[in-house]
Amino acid sequence: MLLISCPNCGSRDETEFHYGGQAHVPYPENPNDLNDREWAEFLFYRDNTKGAFAERWLHSTGCRQWFNMLRDTVTYDIQAVYPMGAPRPATSTTAPEGATK
Amino acid sequence: MVNTAALTGINGLREIRRSPASHLAAALETGSVPGTVVLKEGPFQTMAGVRVDPASEAGSRIASVTGGLPARCGQVAGAEQVSVLWLGPSEFLVVAPEEDHDTLGGDLLGSLTAALGDGPGQVVDLSANRTMFELTGPRARAVLEKGCALDLHPRSFTPGTALATEVGNIPVVLLKTGEESFRLFPRASFADFLGRWLLDAMREFASPEVP
Ligand SMILES: [Zn+2]
Repeated sequence: MLLISCPNCGSRDETEFHYGGQAHVPYPENPNDLNDREWAEFLFYRDNTKGAFAERWLHSTGCRQWFNMLRDTVTYDIQAVYPMGAPRPATSTTAPEGATK
Repeated sequence: MVNTAALTGINGLREIRRSPASHLAAALETGSVPGTVVLKEGPFQTMAGVRVDPASEAGSRIASVTGGLPARCGQVAGAEQVSVLWLGPSEFLVVAPEEDHDTLGGDLLGSLTAALGDGPGQVVDLSANRTMFELTGPRARAVLEKGCALDLHPRSFTPGTALATEVGNIPVVLLKTGEESFRLFPRASFADFLGRWLLDAMREFASPEVP
């Protein structure tokens, strides 16, 4: 069970949250200019990062607010929690594949 | 469950209103262990969901009706019989006695709506959304701890604190009213499950403690 620090409520169990997928996927400036392939990539194509990954979370059982989180997909280490709309914080410790073997 | 025959409201519907856990009343009484842990369903409440930016003008108008708005998670504001629970940075639950409902001679919803005016936000009558369980006694905390991951120790969870969380996997607002008394606000459709879950969690305290 992950213990996630909601910016409003403090540490809560993972079961109180909902996952919102990859963060920082901008809506296309002019959706009409996109061809089908580009539109499909906007809708469905997401990174599958090994290491630090910026993602959106919703504290659905608590304050019902969205926030961003930087989580290591290998170690589950939560490196940063930051508001929606804020840029992704710089990370010093990204563990590239094969770093610890 | 609760005798509210003295209150007569619109359309003559008052008499047939049943609280969501009224069918459990006898079981709650049998399952309670007086002096150890007691569970009952509380009386009907008037509840209003309020969404407003507390820093705005409409927010301060609402605050003057309710007797303040809580500023952060856990805080409870209000005056006399009215409690305002913090649900989110701009979302609050106003809990007041049943008689405060506008159809019963009160003016809670009307005055909240008037206070909001045309400011951004909303005031919604949520009186039938949730029911209220009252869990009291020296082992009340032990019962809750079986299904609630929060730190319920008195050093961090003090009387007059309310938290939206899960108890027995059910989303509830948990309000601590005294050193050994709690109120749980589950949605009506979860009342049956949560009532039975709490009864099950209380069962061990009916037997003598194993030394
Ligand atoms: Zn929260």
